[in-house]
Amino acid sequence: MKFLVCISNVPDTTTKITFTPDNKEFNKAGVQFVINPWDEYALTRAIELKEAAGSGSVTVLNVGEADTEPNIRKALAIGADDAIRVNAAPQDAYFVAEQIAAVAKEGAYDVILMGKESIDYNGFQVHGMVGEMLGIPTVAPAMKLDLSGNTATLEREIEGGKEIVTVNTPFVASCQQPMCEPRIPNMRGIMTARTKPLKVVPPVGEPARTTVAEYALPPKKQGVKLIDAANAGDLIKLLRNEAKVI
Amino acid sequence: MSVLVVVECADGEVKKSSLEVASYGAQVAAQLGTTATAIAVGEANAANLATLGEQGIAKVLYDAEPRLKDFVNNAYTKLIATAAEQEQAKVIVLANSNIGAAVGSRLSVRLKASLATNVVELPRTDGGQFVVKRGAFSGKAFSDVVLSGDRKIIALKKNSTEAKHEAGKTAEVASFSAQLSDADFADAPTQVVMQDQAGGILLPEAERVVSGGRGMKGPENWGLIEDLAKALGAATACSKPVSDVDWRPHHEHVGQTGITISPNLYIACGISGAIQHLAGVNSSKVIVVINKDPEAPFFKAADYGIVGDVFDVLPKLTAAVKELN
Ligand SMILES: Cc1cc2nc3c(=O)[nH]c(=O)nc-3n(C[C@H](O)[C@H](O)[C@H](O)COP(=O)(O)OP(=O)(O)OC[C@H]3O[C@@H](n4cnc5c(N)ncnc54)[C@H](O)[C@@H]3O)c2cc1C
Ligand SMILES: Cc1cc2nc3c(=O)[nH]c(=O)nc-3n(C[C@H](O)[C@H](O)[C@H](O)COP(=O)(O)OP(=O)(O)OC[C@H]3O[C@@H](n4cnc5c(N)ncnc54)[C@H](O)[C@@H]3O)c2cc1C
Repeated sequence: MKFLVCISNVPDTTTKITFTPDNKEFNKAGVQFVINPWDEYALTRAIELKEAAGSGSVTVLNVGEADTEPNIRKALAIGADDAIRVNAAPQDAYFVAEQIAAVAKEGAYDVILMGKESIDYNGFQVHGMVGEMLGIPTVAPAMKLDLSGNTATLEREIEGGKEIVTVNTPFVASCQQPMCEPRIPNMRGIMTARTKPLKVVPPVGEPARTTVAEYALPPKKQGVKLIDAANAGDLIKLLRNEAKVI
Repeated sequence: MSVLVVVECADGEVKKSSLEVASYGAQVAAQLGTTATAIAVGEANAANLATLGEQGIAKVLYDAEPRLKDFVNNAYTKLIATAAEQEQAKVIVLANSNIGAAVGSRLSVRLKASLATNVVELPRTDGGQFVVKRGAFSGKAFSDVVLSGDRKIIALKKNSTEAKHEAGKTAEVASFSAQLSDADFADAPTQVVMQDQAGGILLPEAERVVSGGRGMKGPENWGLIEDLAKALGAATACSKPVSDVDWRPHHEHVGQTGITISPNLYIACGISGAIQHLAGVNSSKVIVVINKDPEAPFFKAADYGIVGDVFDVLPKLTAAVKELN
């Protein structure tokens, strides 16, 4: 089984988000980038399934410029076998999906795993686009993924419940908790990652269909109104009469 | 040219988030000088669909194919694409739900459309551009996105716009068939399992939410959270560590790596207010924090706060709500 795991390079979850003075770009200064937390589920589950089968390969793929390589190496250290970087700034989700679809087709991957969504652009869309481009099913978001031969059984989260879905390879799935316990690199992994193949390929496809004109931060809160714990019931009156939310 | 809105139904009712979608779509249609048509998915009921007139919908298309009751990605995509072609829809609006996003992303490829998910406001259409505001950086920011494609697809964030109601107006319900075949249902779920929801209120759709963190000390104390939630007609939620140790089910976990919600009221009980938690809830309209530590970071993001012990405060709040009702 050939697994392709798509990883996005995102600001660490503790990052205080700021923009350049013209509000046109995210301010990267001093920001630590990590593998998108949801993509760690995809990566770990692919490695687990490969290990369970005793054969196969896990390739990681990132669409990004050279500054994403430390996190690609980290994915190799966690246990992927090799990596591909499509050398381009990710212009928009459609552009990213085109790159992933092209790589997936070229390499004839059986299982294409992604995270539920990126924590920076929160698109929740690349997996659906890739499935459609390749004409194969996408199961998103998946909480569970098991393989038996060429057949996968997944649990897909829906509002208020879950669906059990069975699909044959090839397919796309986007992963989220509680699929597995994401692994962290160990010393041996870090050593071997240095020599694992990382191929850089040029981008393909059409120009982007969306552009970000401007970014903005949410409006600041007015400040908290404190209510004495002894008169906690007063809060309820305020919520009804002042905030009018109950 | 028209605007097509996708309304999700369950148990015969139109979901609340889809009423928002319908109303939003009707307003976009008015901006563009055209009308809005709805296409229903899920378990729909014709009489309820007609009431979408109250949200400004002129016509509702309904395919009575029984297998459309459960979500089937391929079949839904084909159904909506067929409706979009028939209605010559330039703009398609869906809910930013698991269904809406899954279908919207496939449609954007099939119809060669520009897609924006997590949209929070009506588009700006001045100056020949079509610009939408969407949430980004997990609730920490917004971005204005220009949709340059001839066709546009918008997935509207729940509870970010209000559904208009013009009582008494009805929509025409027209039967519609996308001529779906067995092949379109190949990815149908083999089983659908619904959760037991406290009081039947789904967290992603809830207008009010009572949430507990590690300060609740253990799952045995969640009765205090549930009692207040029940009295308020609220859904329950929790912080990540709480679901990690299985005090609460994973689908209640809100935050940067859980679900993002924007209810009218969010009450945080014994939650410190870590940046990853705030990301999931800071677009709530009113935030109430109950924490025994006056230095807890959550107070900085709150509208109302009580510095106190949850075990003392929560029963008082529940009693006060009951008194008010
Ligand atoms: C400098 C810069 C400028 C940008 N400008 C724009 C812009 O003008 N307009 C716009 O719409 N977007 C812009 N983006 C966003 C960028 O294109 C996003 O990476 C893209 O939109 C995908 O993010 P998403 O949130 O839509 O992905 P989602 O659909 O939320 O991601 C789902 C999954 O897809 C996979 N994935 C996502 N991105 C990648 C990737 N790059 N490589 C490999 N796998 C990936 C991951 O597994 C991820 O979990 C910009 C990004 C950067 C860094
Ligand atoms: C990559 C990453 C992603 C993450 N994603 C998320 C996420 O999506 N969602 C999320 O929630 N967290 C997330 N976290 C975890 C986050 O950093 C915090 O650790 C977590 O939110 C803390 O949960 P808590 O507030 O319940 O617990 P704590 O931080 O332990 O806070 C408990 C609070 O309860 C108060 N308290 C204790 N006893 C009482 C009492 N009797 N009465 C009143 N108050 C009391 C304490 O003063 C304290 O403020 C993430 C972390 C990482 C690294």
